[in-house]
Amino acid sequence: MNALMTNTYPVTAADYTSAGRASADIKRKLKQLGVSGDVLRRVAVASYEVELNLVIHSLGGELSLSVYPDRVQLVSSDVGPGIPDLSLAMREGWSTANDEARSLGFGAGMGLPNMKRNADDFDIQSEVGKGTVITMGFRLA
Amino acid sequence: MTIQDMVRILQARVLIGHEKLDTPVYTACCSDLMSDVLAFVDEKTVLITGLTNPHVVRTSEMLDLKCLVFVRGKVPSDDILESAEEQGLVVITTKATAFSACGMLYAEGLRGVPVPLEWNTEDDA
Ligand SMILES: Nc1ncnc2c1ncn2[C@@H]1O[C@H](COP(=O)(O)OP(=O)(O)OP(=O)(O)O)[C@@H](O)[C@H]1O
Ligand SMILES: [Mg+2]
Repeated sequence: MNALMTNTYPVTAADYTSAGRASADIKRKLKQLGVSGDVLRRVAVASYEVELNLVIHSLGGELSLSVYPDRVQLVSSDVGPGIPDLSLAMREGWSTANDEARSLGFGAGMGLPNMKRNADDFDIQSEVGKGTVITMGFRLA
Repeated sequence: MTIQDMVRILQARVLIGHEKLDTPVYTACCSDLMSDVLAFVDEKTVLITGLTNPHVVRTSEMLDLKCLVFVRGKVPSDDILESAEEQGLVVITTKATAFSACGMLYAEGLRGVPVPLEWNTEDDA
């Protein structure tokens, strides 16, 4: 099926001030397209979590949004450093966040499990030295 | 209760959203950990916090929260307040500590958000 809309947002590593702008824009765009309620909230939360992870943990990357008639897809991809142990990273409470991220109220190790909970489908691929790709799909009612 | 009632109970100052004080509120959460707020809150509620960085407002935006309550008299910077205004959030500040603010609101009927947590019963053994 053809996408009704696609948009790609570059996300800069360690740019804590801008972190969240892409997700705010994604939420706004989806709202304009008539997405609302529970789905909108779940996409917004998952998007914000994945965007924050790009800022806090990655060397930089991008977040892309595709909207289809029956689903929304978010793909986060970055240029490294990759995640050595995915099952550890997916565990609630596991975090390698630095002090700056923690001082802003993050680094509880809740992000990845929260994305998985909020998305209807969730896939994570990671290779050390290469990068991480997270794909999340959300069904539209 | 309404946000106006919260303002009265907490002897709070309204920073943003004077026109929305009649919004009804039923629940609240209190946290300085935005990760937990994002993970545990799934309703349009009130966030009581002592943290005043832009991500408190961003987190509120993502979750469609109704009202932000800053404790210990904290007032965020103007640009943070501006972004709160843009998204239609009500922002108030009280001199009370987080503990006291929660206690006063609870005593008047406000309740915590439900937390979908299941204890691992093996841990109790
Ligand atoms: N894009 C990424 N690149 C490299 N490592 C990552 C990436 N995303 C997550 N990780 C690793 O996985 C861990 C867990 O991520 P998760 O989002 O669950 O928690 P957190 O970001 O540390 O804290 P929180 O999300 O609660 O603020 C991170 O601490 C980090 O080690
Ligand atoms: Mg995270």
